[in-house]
Formats: sequence, structure tokens, C-alpha cells
Amino acid sequence: MNYNWNWGIFFQPNPMGTGTYLDMLLSGLWLTIKTALLAWIIALICGSIVGVLRTLPSKTAEWIGFLYVEFFRNMPLLVQLFLWFFVLPELLPRAIGLWLKQLPNAPFWTAAIGVGLFMSARVAVQLAAGISSLPRGQKQAATALGLTTVQTYRYVLLPMAFRIILPPLTSEFLNTVKNTAVAITIGLIELTGQARSMQEFSFQVFEAFTAATLMYLLLNLVVVTAMRFLERRVAIPGYIAGK
Amino acid sequence: MKRSYMIGLALAGALAAGPAGAQGLTGTLKNIKETGTITIGHRDSSIPFSYLDDNQKPIGYAMDICMKIVDAIKKELKLDKLEVKLNPVTSATRIPLMANGTIDLECGSTTNNAERQKQVWFTNTHFLTASRYVSKKSSKIGKIDDLKGKSVVSTAGTTNIKQLTAANAERGLNINIIPAKDHAEAFLMVETDRAVAFVMDDILLSSLVAGSKAPGDYVISKDAFSKPEPYGIMLRKDDTAFKKVVDAATAAIYTGGEGQKIYDKWFTQKIPPKGLNLATPISKELKNEFAKPSDSPDPDSYK
Repeated sequence: MNYNWNWGIFFQPNPMGTGTYLDMLLSGLWLTIKTALLAWIIALICGSIVGVLRTLPSKTAEWIGFLYVEFFRNMPLLVQLFLWFFVLPELLPRAIGLWLKQLPNAPFWTAAIGVGLFMSARVAVQLAAGISSLPRGQKQAATALGLTTVQTYRYVLLPMAFRIILPPLTSEFLNTVKNTAVAITIGLIELTGQARSMQEFSFQVFEAFTAATLMYLLLNLVVVTAMRFLERRVAIPGYIAGK
Repeated sequence: MKRSYMIGLALAGALAAGPAGAQGLTGTLKNIKETGTITIGHRDSSIPFSYLDDNQKPIGYAMDICMKIVDAIKKELKLDKLEVKLNPVTSATRIPLMANGTIDLECGSTTNNAERQKQVWFTNTHFLTASRYVSKKSSKIGKIDDLKGKSVVSTAGTTNIKQLTAANAERGLNINIIPAKDHAEAFLMVETDRAVAFVMDDILLSSLVAGSKAPGDYVISKDAFSKPEPYGIMLRKDDTAFKKVVDAATAAIYTGGEGQKIYDKWFTQKIPPKGLNLATPISKELKNEFAKPSDSPDPDSYK
């Protein structure tokens, strides 16, 4: 292979005048982390609400939950981000559309919300599965004790369901981190975007993407470790993950 | 390179089975002679340099030049038949595919600069383009200073966004610079008013405008962010023998008037598939370069 390896490239100044190439990748990593965290918070909140809706006795609630989940999980994420960013502002009244387009950091907010909503559909399905996996007796016992529906969910069902779905939620968190890479399509220059920039400027393709891969790997290792810790922290002795 | 040459020699000597005439050759030339094929890397939407027509066949200004180079190589190696393989490349894949030997020439719109020459070589410049911006006529942005405080888009990882960033800092313009993934998306940002202007190589802007829904709505600036920068056809680094043949071929095309003819075909006439006309007559700088072909990455050397 006729390739000029140059691992020292990371410590050379980048042409954007923002420090070295490594600084460029690190700023991308930081943006990836920010986007992923915000997206994950949105995914957890919306996903929990919709997940609960899907298990409520009300037929309407179930339908709303069903439509929400199918809407967000049946479309490729790339298409969704594109729709939010380029199509939505055109459908709104002109003044609101213009305001939306000229918001500062529009790609960041759109990416975080877009990825968040996409992931929320997955969280919702898992939470609904977690709730239905609980023995029916738990809900009946809560009702017998005179708890309202809200109280039943708050004190009986959700604490158990969330513990059950913690391991798959870890995977979803990792997916959220990785899915932020799609956001380059709307001009969010996160880690993948910066790696691409770096290879365009320096032509050191392999070095740029190796570094980006390692950064994703490390970031996800941190997430996995943190989630493991959380799992152990909240485990109930004698129940599933508990010892 | 050296090593494979030695191994090749050793093998040829030991087995006495090397194809006749290939012994004196090295690198890419040797490979072409032995396999009877040359692989050309082409882009899919770099209009009018290298793009796909309605039959998904790569065509364009750089493709025409490359076909002439292929003819010259065929003559040089005294081959009866030289098969041309076409391999699509993107800006991200062109370097790995060049490095691992998949493609022998990259025919598109790759800027030749000193930084990139650490990784690949370029033959004589086939185009010169300066960094300008396109904006809607209705937004009335006549000069660079009018961009003050506005949102301006450029494609991430290009020399253009670098120049925009530099100008922004130098002149204190306070521009909100939005990086875009590719040219089409950057142009879409201007089309949908997310940005007032798009900074890019002027020739690419012309083709984007010509291909847009309402070409009359846009205007390309007179002001430029840079001197004209050279585009080159890329080839493998340190392959002196191959570069010599390719340089000689391109020099012959440019100085012999053929370069001008190919230029006129793609830049001043209707081109497939949609019958666009870029209406961009040859610039003074490129005319001079054609008279005295050069592979220099330095914009200052083109006058």
C-alpha cells in the first residue's frame, strides 16, 4: 500500500486555526457528548410517558402510544433529521419558519431533539414490555390497597419495570451516542464530522477515522461502566440482578 | 515500491515468465502493462468535471482529459488493447483507494495543495477556481462586507470554509459560519433561507445555480475570498515514471489546443443530462496555464 502514515498529524496545527488536529477531534467529541446526553434525556422522558400510555387500560391512550411509536421507529433516522431540519420550517407559517431557521445552533437542537424522539420510541416499547412482564398480581394488589392509577405506576409498576429494562436501556444509550453521527447530514460537525473534515484537510484518512473510532469506543465504555454501576446500585436483593 | 520492483525482477528472473517488455517498468506502469487494464476513479456529481449522466455512465471535463491520458499510456506502453475500468469514489474514499492501488488516476475536481501532496501527487492543473459566494438576489449582498453578522454556510473540510473562517476573523465580520455536509446540502441551506450565502469554488457554485429550480434568483459574487486555486488529476505518490507519462500527456493536450476544445465543450455549451449551460468562458489564468502547463499547488504561480 502506497500510504504515507503520519501519526504525528494530531499534534500539528489544523487549518481552521483552532489549535491542533487533536483539538479539532476533541471539540467534535464534546459536541457528540452534549448531543447524546440531551437526546438521551429527551428519549427517557418521552419514552417513559409513551411507554406508560401503551399499558394504560384506556383504548385511546393505547392508540396514541401505538401511533407515536410506529411514526418514530418506522422511518430512518437520517430521513427524520432531514425532515425536521429542512422540511418542517417550510410547512410552518413563513414568519415562524424564518424564526426557526435563524435560531443559533439550530443543527444542535434539531439533532438532539430528532435523535431523542427517534430513541424515545424504542425506550417506550421496552418500558411497555417491562411493565407487562410484571406479574398481574402486582397491579391488582396495588388496586386492592386503594392506590390510584398514578400511584400504582409511581410506587409499584415503574420502579420494578425500570429495573428490569436497565440492561436493554444501556444498549439504547449506546445507540443514542452512535446515532448522533447521523447529524452531520444537517451540518452538526460532531466527532464523525470533524474526522471527515480532518481527512479532507490533511488527506490522512486512516489516522482521522482510527482516532474517531477510539474516541467512540472510549465514550461508550464510559457509558457501559456507568450503567453497570447504576444497575448494581439500584438492584433489589433476591430479584433479577440483585444478589 | 522499490521492494515490489525487486521481487518482480527476482520472480521474472527465476521463472523467466515475466511478460516481455515489462521488466524495465515500475509501479503503476508495470501494473498496467501486465494486467492490460487501468482503473479510473470518478465522482458521481461533480458537474461538469466528473459525474453520472442519465445512463449512469461517468462523463465530464476531467473524464475526457483522463481518456486522452489513457490513450497516451496505451501508446507509451505499445499496447494493442487497454481496458479502462471505472470505479466511483467519494471525497472520503479517494485516498484509501488510491493508496491501496484500486484506482490509478482520480478524475474529478480535487484541489491540489501543498498539504495534500504529502499523500498523493497531481498532474498538470486542469482548472483554476477561486472561492466566491452565492446568495439570493433578493438579499442584496453585493460584497463580502455585506455578510456582516449574517449566517453563511460552507462545506465542512474544504479550503473554502478555512478561507471564510480566516476572513471572518481578519475583517471582524462576526459571521455565523454554518458547516454543511456536502455542496448540495449547503446550497439547500441558501435555497431555504437558513443561510444568506454559500462560500465555495465559483465553478461549483455556477453548476449548482444552473441546476437549481430558479437559476435567475441567485447571484455569484464578484468579490473572492482567495486567489484561483488549481484542480489536478490525482495519482500515486512517488511513482515518478507514471507521473512523467501522465504529465507529458496532459501537457500535450493543453498546449496543443485540445485542452481548449474540451474546455469549451463542457463549460460554454449545453451539457447532458439536463442541457445545462454553465456559460463560463476560459479564464485568463487558465489560458496561461494551458500555454505553460504546471502542477504547482501554489495559487501565486498562476497568473
